[in-house]
Amino acid sequence: MSHTPPHGEAHDPHLAHHFPDATTQFEAGKLGMWIFLATEILLFGGLFCAYAVYRANHPEIFMYAHQFLDKVLGGINTAVLIISSLTMAWAVRAAQLGHQRALTRLLAATIAMGFVFLGIKYVEYEHKWKEGLLPGTHFNYPLPEVPAAAPPVAADPAPVGVPAGDASTIAPAARGPAGLADPAAARPPAPPVVPRNVQIFFGIYFTMTGLHGLHVIAGMITLMWILRRARRGEFGPRYFTPVDLAGLYWHLVDLIWIYLFPLLYLIH
Amino acid sequence: MGPSWIQGGGGGGFWLPPAASTGAGPVDTLFYFILAISVIFFALIVGLMILFVVRYRRRAGRDPERSPAHNTPLEITWSVIPLAIVIGIFAWGFKVFMDLATPPANAYEVQVTAQKWSWLYTYPNGHVENVLHVPGDRPVKLVMTSEDVIHSFFVPAFRVKRDVVPGRYSTLWFAALEPGEYQVYCTEYCGTGHSDMLSKVVVHPPGGFEKWLEDASNILNTLPPAEAGERLYRTRGCVQCHSMDGAAGIGPTFRGLVGTRRAMRGGALVIADENYIRESILEPQAQVVAGFEPVMPTYKGRLKDEEITALIAFMKSLKGENGGGQ
Amino acid sequence: MTSHDATHRESAAAVSAENALGGEHYLNHGRGLWSWLTTLDHKRIGIMYLVSILAAFLLGGVFALLLRTELLTPQQTIMKADTYNQMFTLHGAVMIFLFIIPGIPAALGNFVLPLMLGAKDVAFPRLNLASYYLWVSGALFALISMITGAVDTGWTFYTPYSTTTSTSVIAMVFGAFVLGFSSIFTGLNFVVTIHKMRPPAMTWFKMPLFLWGLYGTAIIQILATPVLGITLLLIIAERALGVGIFDPALGGDPVLFQHFFWFYSHPAVYIMILPAMGVISELMATFSRKRIFGYAAIAGSSIAIAVISFLVWGHHMFVSGQSNLAGMIFSFLTFLVAIPSAIKVFNWIATMYKGSVWLATPMLYALSFLFLFGIGGLTGLFLGALATDVHLHDTYFVVAHFHYVMFGGTVMGFLGGLHYWWPKMFGRMYSERWGRIAALLIFVGFNVTFFAQFVMGSQGMPRRYYNYLPEFTTYHVISTLGSYLLAAGLLIVLIYLIHSLTKGQPAPANPWGAATAEWQTPSPPPHDNFLRDPVVDDPYDLERWRWDAELAGYRLEGAAARPAGAV
Repeated sequence: MSHTPPHGEAHDPHLAHHFPDATTQFEAGKLGMWIFLATEILLFGGLFCAYAVYRANHPEIFMYAHQFLDKVLGGINTAVLIISSLTMAWAVRAAQLGHQRALTRLLAATIAMGFVFLGIKYVEYEHKWKEGLLPGTHFNYPLPEVPAAAPPVAADPAPVGVPAGDASTIAPAARGPAGLADPAAARPPAPPVVPRNVQIFFGIYFTMTGLHGLHVIAGMITLMWILRRARRGEFGPRYFTPVDLAGLYWHLVDLIWIYLFPLLYLIH
Repeated sequence: MGPSWIQGGGGGGFWLPPAASTGAGPVDTLFYFILAISVIFFALIVGLMILFVVRYRRRAGRDPERSPAHNTPLEITWSVIPLAIVIGIFAWGFKVFMDLATPPANAYEVQVTAQKWSWLYTYPNGHVENVLHVPGDRPVKLVMTSEDVIHSFFVPAFRVKRDVVPGRYSTLWFAALEPGEYQVYCTEYCGTGHSDMLSKVVVHPPGGFEKWLEDASNILNTLPPAEAGERLYRTRGCVQCHSMDGAAGIGPTFRGLVGTRRAMRGGALVIADENYIRESILEPQAQVVAGFEPVMPTYKGRLKDEEITALIAFMKSLKGENGGGQ
Repeated sequence: MTSHDATHRESAAAVSAENALGGEHYLNHGRGLWSWLTTLDHKRIGIMYLVSILAAFLLGGVFALLLRTELLTPQQTIMKADTYNQMFTLHGAVMIFLFIIPGIPAALGNFVLPLMLGAKDVAFPRLNLASYYLWVSGALFALISMITGAVDTGWTFYTPYSTTTSTSVIAMVFGAFVLGFSSIFTGLNFVVTIHKMRPPAMTWFKMPLFLWGLYGTAIIQILATPVLGITLLLIIAERALGVGIFDPALGGDPVLFQHFFWFYSHPAVYIMILPAMGVISELMATFSRKRIFGYAAIAGSSIAIAVISFLVWGHHMFVSGQSNLAGMIFSFLTFLVAIPSAIKVFNWIATMYKGSVWLATPMLYALSFLFLFGIGGLTGLFLGALATDVHLHDTYFVVAHFHYVMFGGTVMGFLGGLHYWWPKMFGRMYSERWGRIAALLIFVGFNVTFFAQFVMGSQGMPRRYYNYLPEFTTYHVISTLGSYLLAAGLLIVLIYLIHSLTKGQPAPANPWGAATAEWQTPSPPPHDNFLRDPVVDDPYDLERWRWDAELAGYRLEGAAARPAGAV
């Protein structure tokens, strides 16, 4: 609409000249950000689809290979992102209420948790790199051979209290004479059959978490820019759109991880 | 144009090559039906367009008459009728497709291997060559896989086509109507030699196929080594890349090759003796001639020792000037 | 607005109510290259896009002429096999990613959309400029690829060939990735603009149909392009990092690539055609001087096409090894998606009934569209039917089909729209005589080039073939000669359009008598789009506009004659 905006808003520095009023501008921004988030969901959707196809066709690869992931670290990362979403939402609220100090602190906390997330991811990636648990042609983890027969009975560990150097080197007696062992006695469980093409799992793992990690970095850069503007006092009840929209993006980044974590780490 | 309304055997026409398989006739019938529908609707659209442009052309001082801007019964009609027609075409196409896709139980099976840029057929007795010979009195089923990238096996005369994918098997079947030779194309783009990845289906009259197979499987016994070697050269995927007349192709020419000294990529000088030739066939990436790309596939497991001997004998028989030898 | 501005506007209005060339307008508001490169004005962005995509069209066209020349003889004519393979790949990639997909939305839509809404700009002008620079970046990566070994995979990048060939795939694929984001952001901008910046009187069903076309297109751009994005990233990951997701030797599935690729690339063809259909709706109404027939059906069919287009991608894969059940479902849905397009064609023809048909150049392109898109669409029936597709897949029949719909459809729509809005964009009329000559040449040249390809395709001639068997020679020669004729026609268009920029008749505000809002502002429009608020009401109430011979254009009924001293 090219009609003249109301007098007060005509001088609003935040009102772009092509919008009739601030409400329309805000709603347009929100709609735009939601549409952008939809495109991000579709971007990751392709990878989720690849995950589904490969897992449906080769469940054994996923059952086997996911054990190389550290559930604890993954779980911590999940909690970190969820908390960072909380601080982000709180930051938006602070902007709406004009609480400048709370706003900057909460934004800083969100960014800090982003760093924690990335740090843990670095630890995980470094472990994979060292172990050779990499995708495609780079995979060179020494996978165990499929054993031909049951392994020998494992020696009992040295009894507590015996100094290490004094532990006997004689293996304790087998549990019963050979041939007379009680068949009902617990046998050691058969080791998992090592499937072919284990590297496929890591192709999926690295592309999904890698793309997600790039989005975390992009989100953090955005939040740092928002933080800078917040410290200059640019946001308040009359204008908090950038904080709101950045918050939406950050929530999406969190949401994607919440799906990634069980799909990759918690396969049963 | 002569529509081939009879199932089986048609003279071809403006649009389609002659129908040469039992499956082709039904495909052609559907094709001509769709063509008829298309011509009718096209004539309707263009005819009305021209009619209206002429009848209602702009005339000075004359305003267009009032006329309604929509007409529900008309709009419904012109939506429902085309919908019914296309659903009919869909169902017909699906039915004929299922016949094309379902090989009969008694089909004669040949294995097909596609590689850049040749087709190799492995017959049930183990014989391998690059022309598809088939008996003319039975259906034939092809079980196909690729050594490298996706190719596609297409015989226009039979109206059959199927992608040939690395890492999996795909199947295709046909029953030829007449003895003869039919063109095979690769029809999934696969690189430099894609348009030269041609082959043929040779359909034998009753009894002819068994005789041919027996003769072909025995060339090492029935032919002198150099001749057998030339047969292998032509049928096992060598001729596509290596000429025998001195012209450099994707690979070096065989003319005047044996016994000369050649420069390799990396600088080494090597004499092209029997051992070198054998190594080039079984481990082609080990030493690659300078000026050529390392694209030759290995024939380990695909050529027997006697066959390699025959090939070497053939290459020795190709005397003459060689472009790169010393 | 201050009273000073109001006075300024009134006098400016008197001088340039019709044609603004003697005064201020968006083209001379702010001077110098920098003012263009940093503009936020949707009109200038549209013009920059127009020039850029026409350059891409020229480049892609040169590739086409070269490859058709090679095909004059069955064996080598002017280039080697590898060069030919790069030629057809680059022709496809440049035409699709740099020309047709951005095409009408970016070059025409950017200019027209806010004007049609009576608005001052799109919702996000800075994002709009960013979209343009993303286009430029994508084009640069494509150029880098071309000079570092080019690509020889076909524009479809099928694996494993694309992940193993030694040509410069990563640069081209990354260029396409960047172009994807240009497309996504344009779509996002248009959706928000249409949702939030319509005037109060313009309800959804009072929008001009060009906007419905842009809206349907934008939906597809937003939802489909990200999937292309991830697919291209996976090709890069496979080539650069050996990830192995499509490599059978590493447990991957090459056919999965095809599913991902076509999930975008089929809807993409509707990104190409829907805006062109929108243009045709405007042209048919204006040049029949009649309300468009079946408005609701045309609007609804744009949305139906947008939705169903996501469900048919497997019809590119009937012989790929997908299951027969999948083939059946995709075939059925493919036939469904044909119906909304057919409905549009019938509605357009019905619009001419009892109208007053003016065969100006834009209308010639609209009529060409009906003819050529008719053939293109009908030949889709052969390809949608499973049994016939087995024979026709990957032959020249397919090449002919998609050129009829993309060139005979979209490009005709683009040329029609370009000739329609040219006077508004530049304030000049072009030579009507040369416009008609060129339109005829293009129509004839196009049919000669591509109809022969249907026949050689159904006779078995495969596509992407450098050498061919001698029996196909005549078809190829005919096709190549047709391409030279077609190129001549297009060259003529380029010449007289450029000539008109300085020598054309000054254009009135509404040369064609259309009723949409962009015609209520001078040609070319002022920087802020309108001198006074336009009457944005019924977009097809053409009767309100009356021919004024002195003006050589149309004037609103009851509007005063030009004041003395005006241009």
